Amino acid sequence: MSAPTYDLGKLHGGLRLEARKRQSTESPIVQVPVPGQLVLPITQHAGDPAQPIVGIGERVLKGQLIAETPGSLSAPVHASSSGKIVAIEPWPVSSRFGQKAPCIIIECDGEDRPIEAVEEAPAYDSLAPEVLLARILRGGIVGLGGAVFPTAQKLMQAVTCDIEYLILNGVECEPYISCDDMLMREYAREVLGGAQILLHALEIDTCFVVVESDKPEALHRLGEVLAELDDDRLVLKLVPTIYPSGGEDQLVQLVANREVPSGGLPTDVGCLVQNVGTAAAIYDWIFHNEPLISRVTTVTGNGVARPVNVEARLGTTVANIVAHIGGYTEDAKQLVIGGPMTGKSVTTDSVPLVKASNCILVISERRDGGAEMPCIRCGDCAAVCPVQLLPQQLFWYACADNEAKLRSHGLTDCIECGCCDLVCPSHIPLTFDFRMAKARIRELADEKARAERARQRFEARNERLEKEREEREAELAQQKEDAKKAGADAIAEIMKRRQQKDEED
Amino acid sequence: MEFVRQEAPYLTPKVDVASIMLQVLVALVPAALAHVWYFGPGIIFNLIVATAVCVGSEALMMRLRGRDPMVALSDYTAIVTAVLLAFALPSLTPWWVTATGSLFAIVVAKHLYGGIGFNVFNPAMAGYVVILVAFPMEMNLWVAPRMGDIDYVSLGVLQTIKYTLTGSLPEALTFDAVSRATPLDAMQSGLRNMRTYSEIRANPMMGDFGGRGWEWLGNFFAIGGSWLLVRKIIRWQIPTGVLLGLLIPAGLMYIISPGSNASPGFHLFSGATILCAFFIATDPVSAATSPKGRFYYGLGIGVLIFAIRKWGSYADGVAFAVLLMNMAAPAIDYLTRPRIVGHSRRGDEI
Repeated sequence: MSAPTYDLGKLHGGLRLEARKRQSTESPIVQVPVPGQLVLPITQHAGDPAQPIVGIGERVLKGQLIAETPGSLSAPVHASSSGKIVAIEPWPVSSRFGQKAPCIIIECDGEDRPIEAVEEAPAYDSLAPEVLLARILRGGIVGLGGAVFPTAQKLMQAVTCDIEYLILNGVECEPYISCDDMLMREYAREVLGGAQILLHALEIDTCFVVVESDKPEALHRLGEVLAELDDDRLVLKLVPTIYPSGGEDQLVQLVANREVPSGGLPTDVGCLVQNVGTAAAIYDWIFHNEPLISRVTTVTGNGVARPVNVEARLGTTVANIVAHIGGYTEDAKQLVIGGPMTGKSVTTDSVPLVKASNCILVISERRDGGAEMPCIRCGDCAAVCPVQLLPQQLFWYACADNEAKLRSHGLTDCIECGCCDLVCPSHIPLTFDFRMAKARIRELADEKARAERARQRFEARNERLEKEREEREAELAQQKEDAKKAGADAIAEIMKRRQQKDEED
Repeated sequence: MEFVRQEAPYLTPKVDVASIMLQVLVALVPAALAHVWYFGPGIIFNLIVATAVCVGSEALMMRLRGRDPMVALSDYTAIVTAVLLAFALPSLTPWWVTATGSLFAIVVAKHLYGGIGFNVFNPAMAGYVVILVAFPMEMNLWVAPRMGDIDYVSLGVLQTIKYTLTGSLPEALTFDAVSRATPLDAMQSGLRNMRTYSEIRANPMMGDFGGRGWEWLGNFFAIGGSWLLVRKIIRWQIPTGVLLGLLIPAGLMYIISPGSNASPGFHLFSGATILCAFFIATDPVSAATSPKGRFYYGLGIGVLIFAIRKWGSYADGVAFAVLLMNMAAPAIDYLTRPRIVGHSRRGDEI
């Protein structure tokens, strides 16, 4: 068994948060049965919506492709169980703005009949990397850490870069969430197998499997499997439990001691980060032909009777999942999809479990402890900012809507981790304010771009009109000239005729 | 089932302004007790007057600004201003002097600038400077500290109350009988009268480093300040800056000419040096706010304190130094922005 290594880079700031994970890690992962109805949004990933290829009334099988990628940045969607398509309509989903999104709704027949494998996959290591990537694309696999970037496209971008390290993210630094922890405990073989597939696809030979120090069981299990695999390309790394060390750029900084350039990607510094759940999903797809139709998620908080990790089919509603594990408590006032630092608050539990849902957090309302007070510039926010911003100054400029200063103070580098909110003695919702300020800057940029386009159109039109006018003038002049010439000729002709006539007379 | 909507993050912050201010007040308790022990009960009455006027004018200003007075009163910042001002005053101060300073601190320096968070100047120091200039005589009446072996005339509780209320001493006493030059005063005038440092130090009022009594007060401020550092209510940059800013020039001058300069130890333990380093310069609102900027801000205050003590016409320079650096804070912040992760040192994208 290879021992984990500790040589680490340095991360600025961050918070040691109360983990609150134990409550959901005491019992093994609970399997949620297939519900009567599945709700599958066609956008469960970063990028463009997948396009439905099934009609209403059509029967589908478990694992059957029901929405395909339009060819751009996107990921396909598969039926999570067998049944009949009953509707394709807007349904409440977990998004920051609480709106509905188009979903494919399947009425399950309860048989859970799988589709037969269309292709008998040869061993992955005999496949050329590009063939393997194309295959991963068809599995509907996206980053399961929460960002849901289509994995195949992320890999395709990475192979064009000079990649040195694959970093497998098992850090899971947000409080409450323990789905990756439980996944590593129970599916360590799949996680590490997925890492081997990724190494082959990337044609590199170093993978850091990074685990936080508060997950000894996961670490132990990974170590055991690693010893069986005897693959020295896989290296276990232990990182301290500090939020937000699991952020992609922060993890690169911590593990590879490299800073991802502002506006850039980890691939710019030779690293590719994949979540452990994503690796396991890749393994399931490549080895068992099972596309991404289920995931492990943490159901926790003081609002649920029995906090636990569950494995459920994508499309199962939160209401179904919570009912299966014992229902709500009377503290259930707020439903958050994702963690307590960056998750999305939703108003109804009819939202479905999607690829991004790493946690279903049911808690009582946040006590705001009195209204927001003016900033006293204590600077505690700057002390904890992992990107080393000065949130107190950004806040000042956000209030004044000073775009130039917001930019020069790095607003766009803010990762919205929420650390500053938690230490603010004035209880200012800094992260929310920064999100709004970013949106305004984007709006301004859009407006500027629109104005620029309008200006260009206007100028082009003026130019065109000017050209047309010039052309018309030239034409007129020509006509005049012609007419003049013609006139002169005509007069000469008439004169000539008259002369002839005179002479005849 | 339906749920409420809030914005991330959903965890409740554990700190608030009121608890910070309360801890600052707690940190000053040892020094207040020491003050009573060495300089008599005067500070208690100064605290009462300053607190009453600061809290009253805070409520009044909030009402005039059309806001809920309880919002401002419940953060305890007015009380912190009052307490810091009271610590800066001589222990015997007539109430109208204290009241004028408190009123100016809260009404002009705080609320006319927009209230908490928006004041450019440290309110306590602004109020202090106003009364220092307006009431030079009253502000100079420092009683001698209790020393044990040497007995100076000291006032009892009732006499102190009477002086605070009326500004007049008991009939048999004159100002000269109760007041003594502060160690800083004695040092400054002594050095200017061409006496040597060791001659001045020979005066029985001088202790191990600064003046007797005074240096002990400094220790109690340091104890409270260290507790605030441990609690992370204040951070190390400003106190370190202030102390280095004062000690480095003082040390250099003392090495160059030990006869005509006070030692760094004397500077450290005299006047309001330690009170300033831990409690006054660390007022976050009027200080620089970037981590490096705070160090330079403190350094500037330290250097200015030294310059005023050495060449100025006031014996101590804390208030002026703080106000001058308040003005420089925005520029310091602009010049000391930390390098954002993923950017080069100059702020370009790397």
